[in-house]
Amino acid sequence: MAIEASGYDVGRRWGYLAAVLAALLAGWFATLLPQVLAGSPVLLTWEWAPPLGISLGFMLDGLSMIMALLISGIGALIFLYATGYMGDHPQFGRFVLFLFLFMLSMLGLVLARDLITLFVFWELTSVTSYLLIGFNHENPQARRNALQAMLVTGAGGLALLAGFILIGTAAGSYDLAQILAGDGLQGHALYGPILVLVLLGAFTKSAQFPFHFWLPNAMAAPTPVSAYLHSATMVKAGVYLLARLHPALGDTAAWTATLTTAGLITAVLASILALRQTDLKTALAYTTLMALGTITLFLAGGSPYALTAAISFLIVHSLYKAALFMVVGAIDHGTGTRDADLLGGLRRAMPLTALAALLAGASMAGLPPMIGWIGKELLYVGAETLNPSWLLTAGVLLANALMFAVAGVVALRPFVGAPGQTPHKPHEAGWQMLTGPLLLGALGLVFGIGAGLVQPLITVAVTGSLAQERAAGLHLWAGVNLPFFLSLATFALGTLIYLGRARLRAAIAALLDRLPQFDPGWDRFLDGFRAFAAWQARSIQTGRLTDYLVVSFVSLALILLASFVLRSPAVGFDLSAPLLLWMVAGICVAGAVLALNPHSRIANVAGIGTVGISVALIFIIYGAPDVATTQLMVETLSAVLFGIAMLRLPGIVERRSRSRQIGHAVIAGAVGLSLTLVVLAITAHPLDRHITQFFEESSYVLAHGLNIVNVILVDFRAFDTFGELTVVLLAALGAYAVLKRRTKGARK
Amino acid sequence: MKSLILTTGARTLIALFLIFSLYVLLRGHNAPGGGFIGGLIAACGFAIHAFASGVAEARRALKVDPRTIGVTGLICALIAGLMALPFGVAPFAGIWGEIAGYKLSSVLLFDIGVYLAVVGGILTLIFALEETL
Repeated sequence: MAIEASGYDVGRRWGYLAAVLAALLAGWFATLLPQVLAGSPVLLTWEWAPPLGISLGFMLDGLSMIMALLISGIGALIFLYATGYMGDHPQFGRFVLFLFLFMLSMLGLVLARDLITLFVFWELTSVTSYLLIGFNHENPQARRNALQAMLVTGAGGLALLAGFILIGTAAGSYDLAQILAGDGLQGHALYGPILVLVLLGAFTKSAQFPFHFWLPNAMAAPTPVSAYLHSATMVKAGVYLLARLHPALGDTAAWTATLTTAGLITAVLASILALRQTDLKTALAYTTLMALGTITLFLAGGSPYALTAAISFLIVHSLYKAALFMVVGAIDHGTGTRDADLLGGLRRAMPLTALAALLAGASMAGLPPMIGWIGKELLYVGAETLNPSWLLTAGVLLANALMFAVAGVVALRPFVGAPGQTPHKPHEAGWQMLTGPLLLGALGLVFGIGAGLVQPLITVAVTGSLAQERAAGLHLWAGVNLPFFLSLATFALGTLIYLGRARLRAAIAALLDRLPQFDPGWDRFLDGFRAFAAWQARSIQTGRLTDYLVVSFVSLALILLASFVLRSPAVGFDLSAPLLLWMVAGICVAGAVLALNPHSRIANVAGIGTVGISVALIFIIYGAPDVATTQLMVETLSAVLFGIAMLRLPGIVERRSRSRQIGHAVIAGAVGLSLTLVVLAITAHPLDRHITQFFEESSYVLAHGLNIVNVILVDFRAFDTFGELTVVLLAALGAYAVLKRRTKGARK
Repeated sequence: MKSLILTTGARTLIALFLIFSLYVLLRGHNAPGGGFIGGLIAACGFAIHAFASGVAEARRALKVDPRTIGVTGLICALIAGLMALPFGVAPFAGIWGEIAGYKLSSVLLFDIGVYLAVVGGILTLIFALEETL
C-alpha cells in the first residue's frame, strides 16, 4: 500500500511539472508578443529534405500567437486541473505524457511555416488524441470512439496531404510565408481539387457537417482531455487551417458557398442537438460543434468584420468552453453525476465552482460585460456583411439563443434551486481543479471590460495573417444599433427556450428518432469494410507458395512482353562468340535441363547450381573477378541452403494434374522468352558508359579507392548498402523466428 | 553423416577460409574483394564446419551467437555512417584520417560492418535450418 501511495505521488509530480513547463512556454510566447504585435512574424527554418523543397520551418505571426497562447496557457491550467481530477489514477504518468505530447504537436501545427511540417504535426495531433480518447482502454466504447475519431480525422489528413502537395505544385513552394505573400491560388487551374482536399481535411478535424458525428463520441475521454482537445485546441486546428489559408484560397464563390453551408448547418444542427442532452458534458460537446460551425461560417466571408468576428469568437469560445468543461468535471467529481436532471442547489456546497460557472456561463450566454457579449455583437456585425445576410443573421440568432439556453442548463441550473439527488454528498473541488475555471472565467470578464487588451493581437491577426486592410474594433458599448437589438432578441428568445426546454427536448427527441442516425451507419460501414478486407485477404493470400509464384511470374512475363510489344525495340543477334563461351553456354543449358528433372531433388539442386556457376564463369571470361567471386559464393551457399531444405523433404510425389503441369510449363516458357527478348533488345544498343566513366574518374579522387565495385558499395552508395544489410539481417532473423517457433510448436 | 575425411579436412579448411576472407575484406578497397565477398567466404567456412562436425560444434567454435554478430555488423555500419555528422557532411560520407602512417577511414569500419552482417545473417539462417529441419 505504501508503495502504491508513493507511486501516485510520483504521478502527481509529473502533472505539476507539465503544468510548470506549459506555463513557461506560455510565458516565452508572451515575451515574443511585442515583436509579433509590431507586425514582424518570428521566423525559424531548418533544412529538412532540401531536394524536395521541404524544411522544418516555424512562423509566429498574429494568428499563430493567438493559438500558441491559448494552447500553452490553457494547457498549463489543464495539467493542473488533471492533477486534481485524476492524479490518483494508477496510470496518471502515462496520461500526462500523452497530453504533453499532444500539446507539443498542437503547438507545432499552429507554428508551422512549412506545409509538410504542418501536416506532420497535424497527424501527430490525430495520433495523440487517439491515445487520449482511448485512455480508458478497458472500456470497449472508449476504444471504438477513439478509433472513430482517428479514422475520420486520419482520412481527412490524407486528403489534406494531397491538397498540400497540390498547393506546393501550384505555388511552387511549401513555404507558407511565401504562399501567403503571393497572389493567391484562386485563379490557378488546380484550385478546385486543392479546395476540395483542404476542406475535407479541415472539416473532418473541426467536425463540420457531415463529419460532425465523431466529436460528441470523443467525450469518452477523461474530462481534462475534453476540456483541452475538444474545446480549446485540437478541434480548432481545422478552423485555424481555414483561417491560415484564407488569403491564398478564400474569397471565391466556391469557398464562400461551401463554408457558409457547412458552417450554418453545423451551427444550427449542433445547438438543437445540444438542447436535447441531459448529460452536461455531451451538451457542451454539441455547443462546441456549434461554435466551430459559427467560426467556419464567418471564415466564409471576406470582410474585416466577418473575419474579426471569427477570430474574436475563437478566443471567446476557447476561454469559456475550457472553463465550463472543467466546471462540469468538478461537478462530476464532487457529486458523482453530470446528469442535469439530478443536479441542483450546488451553490452552497461548491461556491467557488459556482462562481467560475457563473463567469464562464455569462460569457457563453453573451451577457455584458463579458467578452462573450463583445463576441456576440461582432457576430451580428459580421453577419450583416455575409451573403445572404438575412438568412445567416437569422441562423446566428437562433444558434446564439440556443447557446444562451444551454449556458443556463450547464452553468446556472445545477447551482440553483433545491438540492438534487446526487450519488454522493456534494463537496467542493480542490485548488488544482478550481484555478483553471476561475482564472479563465475571470479572463472573460477582464477582456470584456478591457477589450483594448486583446484588440492589438486580434488586429494584427486580421490585418497580418488574414491580409485585411483593417480589423473591426472590439467595443463593450457600440451604441444603439442593429446588433444591439439582435442581442436583446437573443436574450428574449434564449430565456423562452430555457423556460420551455423540457417540452422542446421531448419534441426534438421525437423528431430525431425519425431521422437517420449517423453512428449505426458508421458501424455498418466499418463492419462492411472489415468484411471486404477479410474477403480480399483470403482471395489474394492463399498461403500456397505455388499460387504466389504463379502470380509473380505471370505478372513478370506480362509486363515484359507488354512493354516489348508496345515499344518493339530492335533485337540484335550476334552469334560470333569465342568457342570457350559456347562451351560455358552448353554447360548452362545442361544445368537447366538437369534442374527440370521431375524425380530427384538432388538433381534439381545440382542443376540450379550448375547454371549459377556457369554464369560465374562468364563473369570471369569478361574480366569481372569481384562479381564472379560473389556469384560463386552465393551459388555455393544457395546450394547448401537448398540442400538442407530440399533433401529433408519427402520424395517427390506428383500430385498435379496434367493441365496444371502444362499451364506451369507455359508460364515458365513465357518468362524465359520475355527475359531473352529483353536481353537481346538491351544488347542491341551500344552500352551507355557515362555512369561507368564517372565512377572510373571519381573512384580514387573522391573515395580514395581503386576497386570501383567496392567503392560504390561502401562509399558512393553506402546508404543503400546499409538498407540492404538491414533487409538481409531482418530476413535471416525472421526465418530464424519462424523455424524455431515451428519446432517449439511441434514439441508441444 | 559423419565423414572422417571431411571432419579432418574441415579443420584446415575453416582456418584457410577465415584468413582468406579477412584478406579479401582488407584488400577490397583497391583490389577485387570487400566486406560482402569476405563475409560470404567466412560464412562458407563455418558452413563446412557445421556439416563436418555438426551445428553444435560450429556454434561452439564461433563462440558468439550469429544473430549477435549480424547485429554488431549493422551497428558498426551505422556508426561508420554517423561518423560523418561532427564533420558537417552528409551521413555515410567517408571520413579519412591517418594514424602512424596508415590511412584509416570510416569506410573501412563500414566494410567490416558489411562483413559481420553478412556472416551473421547467413549463419543464422544455415544453423537454424540445419537444427530444425
